[in-house]
Amino acid sequence: MLTLGPLGLTAPWLLLGLAALPILWLILRAVPPAPIRRRFPGVALLLGLRDEDSQSDRTPWWLLLLRMLAVALVILAFAGPILNPRADAGGTGPVLIVADGSWADARDWTSRRERIATLLDEAAADGRPAAVAILTEPPSGPPVFTDARAAQQTLAGLEPAPWAPGDAATAWAEALEGDFDTIWLSDGLERDSREALLAAFEDHGAVRVFQSPRTTFGLRPALHEEGTVDLPVIRTPVGPEAQVTVAALGLDPAGIERQLETAAADFAPGEPVANAAFDLPPELRNRVTRFEIVGQRSAGAVTLADDSLRRREIALIDGGSDREGLELLSPLYYLREALAPTADLIEGPLTDILPANPDAIILADVAQLADGEAQAVREWVEGGGLLVRFAGPRLASSDVGREAEDPLMPVRLRAGGRSVGGAMSWGEPKTLAPFPEESPFFGLPIPDDVEVTAQVMAQPDPTLAARVIAQLTDGTPLVTREAAGEGQIVLFHVTANAEWSTLPLSGLFVQMLERLAISTRGARPSAEDLEGTVWTPEELLDAYGRLFDADTMPGIDGALLAEPEPGPDLPPGLYAGEERRIAVNVLGPEATLGPASWPARIAVEGLAVVRELPLKGWLLVGAAALLMLDVLASLALSGRLRGPRAAGGAAVVLLALMLAPAGPARAQGEAPAAPDSETASADLDAFAIEATSNVVLAHVLTGDPEVDATAEAGLRGLGRVLYARTSIEPAEPMGIDLERDELAFFPFLYWPVTADQPIPSREAYQRLNRYLRGGGMILFDTRDADLGGFGSSTPEGRHLQALARPLDIPPIEPLPEDHVLTRTFYLLQAFPGRFNSRDIWVESAPADAALAEGMPFRELNDGVTPVVIGGNDWAAAWAVDESGQWLFPVGRGMAGERQREMAYRFGVNLIMHVLTGNYKSDQVHVPALLERLGQ
Amino acid sequence: MSDPLALRAGAETLAAPLPPLLAEAEHLAAAVLLGEHGRRRAGLGDTFWQYRPAMDHDETRAIDWRRSARSDTTFVQDKEWQIAQSVMVWADGAASMDFASRKDLPTKATRARTLALAAAILMSRAGERVGLAWPELAPRRGEAQVARMAALLAEAGEGEYGVPETRSAPAHSRALFLSDFLGPPEPVEEALGRAADREVRGALVMVLDPAEEAFPFDGRTIFESMGGTIRHETLKAGDLRGRYLERLAERKDRMTVLGRVTGWQVLVHHTDQSAASALLWIYNALERRR
Repeated sequence: MLTLGPLGLTAPWLLLGLAALPILWLILRAVPPAPIRRRFPGVALLLGLRDEDSQSDRTPWWLLLLRMLAVALVILAFAGPILNPRADAGGTGPVLIVADGSWADARDWTSRRERIATLLDEAAADGRPAAVAILTEPPSGPPVFTDARAAQQTLAGLEPAPWAPGDAATAWAEALEGDFDTIWLSDGLERDSREALLAAFEDHGAVRVFQSPRTTFGLRPALHEEGTVDLPVIRTPVGPEAQVTVAALGLDPAGIERQLETAAADFAPGEPVANAAFDLPPELRNRVTRFEIVGQRSAGAVTLADDSLRRREIALIDGGSDREGLELLSPLYYLREALAPTADLIEGPLTDILPANPDAIILADVAQLADGEAQAVREWVEGGGLLVRFAGPRLASSDVGREAEDPLMPVRLRAGGRSVGGAMSWGEPKTLAPFPEESPFFGLPIPDDVEVTAQVMAQPDPTLAARVIAQLTDGTPLVTREAAGEGQIVLFHVTANAEWSTLPLSGLFVQMLERLAISTRGARPSAEDLEGTVWTPEELLDAYGRLFDADTMPGIDGALLAEPEPGPDLPPGLYAGEERRIAVNVLGPEATLGPASWPARIAVEGLAVVRELPLKGWLLVGAAALLMLDVLASLALSGRLRGPRAAGGAAVVLLALMLAPAGPARAQGEAPAAPDSETASADLDAFAIEATSNVVLAHVLTGDPEVDATAEAGLRGLGRVLYARTSIEPAEPMGIDLERDELAFFPFLYWPVTADQPIPSREAYQRLNRYLRGGGMILFDTRDADLGGFGSSTPEGRHLQALARPLDIPPIEPLPEDHVLTRTFYLLQAFPGRFNSRDIWVESAPADAALAEGMPFRELNDGVTPVVIGGNDWAAAWAVDESGQWLFPVGRGMAGERQREMAYRFGVNLIMHVLTGNYKSDQVHVPALLERLGQ
Repeated sequence: MSDPLALRAGAETLAAPLPPLLAEAEHLAAAVLLGEHGRRRAGLGDTFWQYRPAMDHDETRAIDWRRSARSDTTFVQDKEWQIAQSVMVWADGAASMDFASRKDLPTKATRARTLALAAAILMSRAGERVGLAWPELAPRRGEAQVARMAALLAEAGEGEYGVPETRSAPAHSRALFLSDFLGPPEPVEEALGRAADREVRGALVMVLDPAEEAFPFDGRTIFESMGGTIRHETLKAGDLRGRYLERLAERKDRMTVLGRVTGWQVLVHHTDQSAASALLWIYNALERRR
């Protein structure tokens, strides 16, 4: 390929053809245009006439130039010019395409995959075998170089992993053999393994690197400080000022995951770290399951919140406030001090606390709870609560758990308790015995200065030994525990203040509370703690930052969690242990991001594929256009554009020239001008005035021109009959577009139903319902009474059902004999149109309509039926043309005329009913009125 | 021996233009309101001319007794003199006439035939005897003659350019020649001269196509005559226009002069003009000097 700047030529030798152009020029100049043969009777007059200028037959220079240009364009086109040709990497051996496939790749994985596809295309074009590998999940063996097209098939299965390429990748790369060129799609992040990998690849052949310059954001795990949750956001490369939004996601009270809160992190220019601070109420904070950078689709932009974020809610209740003022002696003082840094404390009456469902309730020297409270607390414990009780003088003096086991005490107590080492007692103050192995406190160092001077004593019992989790050196229980349902009850046999022991003064106290998971630790469990434990993944992250259930994954060794390094054997996610959950995040608290740096010898290309633009087609089009011009010019020159027989050919050429640009030009030309609001409102006004200056019968435009014309003609005919016979003098009927026109002006709408008319929009239905509620009437006419009865499955009937479904139509019934429609003007019992069906439906009468004394009809006083539904095709029976001629035949002979007359009478009755309402029904009251008038 | 079927087909093809031609000609003739053009003097005829006192040479049976009874003298009914002229029609059917520059124009031959036939119908109605100069058809009267003329007119002529045939024209008769007269003028002049010698007067209608007047050609062109026998090649047709038009005007002049010399009326008619006006002109031209 010959490359000239951004232009490449696939067949540059063809350009030699350009040298032939001058020869062509000479030939073309020498050959005059072909003559036209014309039959012409006047030729006899021409005989003997000679041309004055024998040179004029030569093709004019500009036409020659045109043709030369066209030929040159064709030659150029076939020389295969390509704009932005792919740089030819050269080389012939196999190609190994590796991608980092880390979380940072996830955001634009599609374009990476496309890039790989393009690279494979190139390899296929060069006939080089290729293999594709992802460094985060290197193949188990050496790459299999296959035909590049076959390798294309595997592309769809390539997915990034939510971790960075690790040792496995390096080991894999170093084990490679053979010669091949490597194309490396880098994710652009600096990491230690790069150098080794690069060296390994370079051992086998040339290495090209593709890397897109872009900013990668990462989210470090949440830090909990002083009531706020801080989310450090890191970025690379360090650029100018930037802002990212971090969202906290969690379950709302309904259990639906949603964005609970967002906070912005503002990067100062040149600053790699920014902080997003969340100030969340504890309730909300405990709901947070993860944080993520909004709009970043990668696992690095997500950090999962585990128990370390969660602050436990602990309720503190003491026995009474009789020792006001002695703060240091308060049973709750040391508890507050120990718990406040790591937990949220609630204090208050038990009845207020229980609904908040705290994680733990600490009863400090509370002996007896009210009966209902005790029950509620027990239920709360069994539901998973942790009840911690501290002994004290009150408990010691009470009868709680003396005779029988109290439901809220882990053990039975002996009366009185004991005190040792005091002034009035024997012996020394007791110290703590080392914690037994099964105790949750196992391993905690026991300070020497912890002494117990008084305690409540547990009643010896067969089950006691199992419940003791801490004891004094003399074997008396210090802390006992009993599981109750999901929860547990723990009793410290000493007070929570320093009265009975020095335990609350020591650090051991805090550690014990932590071990009891009353409070949470700020730090992860230590490596020793994690040794030998098994943690099961609950939810795992994929590279795109999406969580998925990990039910099927095996548990992992706790040792891995000590210093979590996400990898194939420890995918990032949430791992659940015995009592707590640990999140493994893609980025650790110390994580930094840096741009990958490559040695100067490695050419780094952008990821964006600069599209090769083959110019051949365009050049050929240009040549064709020039030739077209040439046709026109030749025609003009040879006189065929003018004179006889010219029109046809020239018109075709002109048409061909015009066609292409004609499309868009017309589209632009006909683009509807923005409606001028003034004219629009003027139109609306005109419409309103026209509709309201007279009684106007209206029909719904169905879109079927024939039906609409019939409806209009029908209403015109009915209007003329009304004009002639009644005091109603309607104006010319109007067609109503439901989508556009205001309905409120019309007392009556005739709606012919066609099987294919469009369902009105929601707004139109709103207007229709408002219209019906506001006293309008719609006459639905399915015009199919000749085919089937009402509700039969004619297409119109079915469509009517669809049309009327969103309408606010009351219950309907077949038109009863005493309906007011039968007597509003004419006394009628049949309501024919072109067809004579009795199936006319109107709003049903109220159930309590009673037959009035001496009246042939019931008291049906209220309401004009909002709909009349039938299929008699009334409009066709009413229809007259402008000159008053009937448009449609009705029936046969005189019977038909009678039927048409009846149709008109129905129309008159209907409009009367619309306009006068139930007034005719009021006749039922005439006797009562007369009576009242004393007649 | 010709195949009867082929003969029949040929005959029908030949006859096909007849009814339209006849109908068109009738239609055209109907446009001219015909009066009965008598000789305006007493003579042999059917229609009443005048009463005159009976002379001695009048036979007794010629006396109009009804008129004579009203007075003392006897009267004789004179009839208007009606004498039939012979009109010889020639519509050029040569190849050069078969030309129409546009699809919506009739060919010159069609126009010439239509005019010829329409004129024949008019003459026939006026009581003249009508005949064809070529193909030869002796002048007669009546509708049947018109039908015969129509049949004969549909025949195509021979040669590139037509030459009028005047031998069959009776002396003192009238003649109507329709052609484009684009061919060599000498035969025409000779024929007309001979006709003039025999006191044959008439009208020449030069039927031309608008393209022949405008010469709307350009570029390198080979002009061929309709029969294809004559051809002329030019490299720039546009340049020839002026000289062609000169020659055409010259030809027209020549025809006019010829008409003046021989006492014939000459009309230049274009096929895009109204045929009716041409017919009227023909009618008047033939009426003249009667």
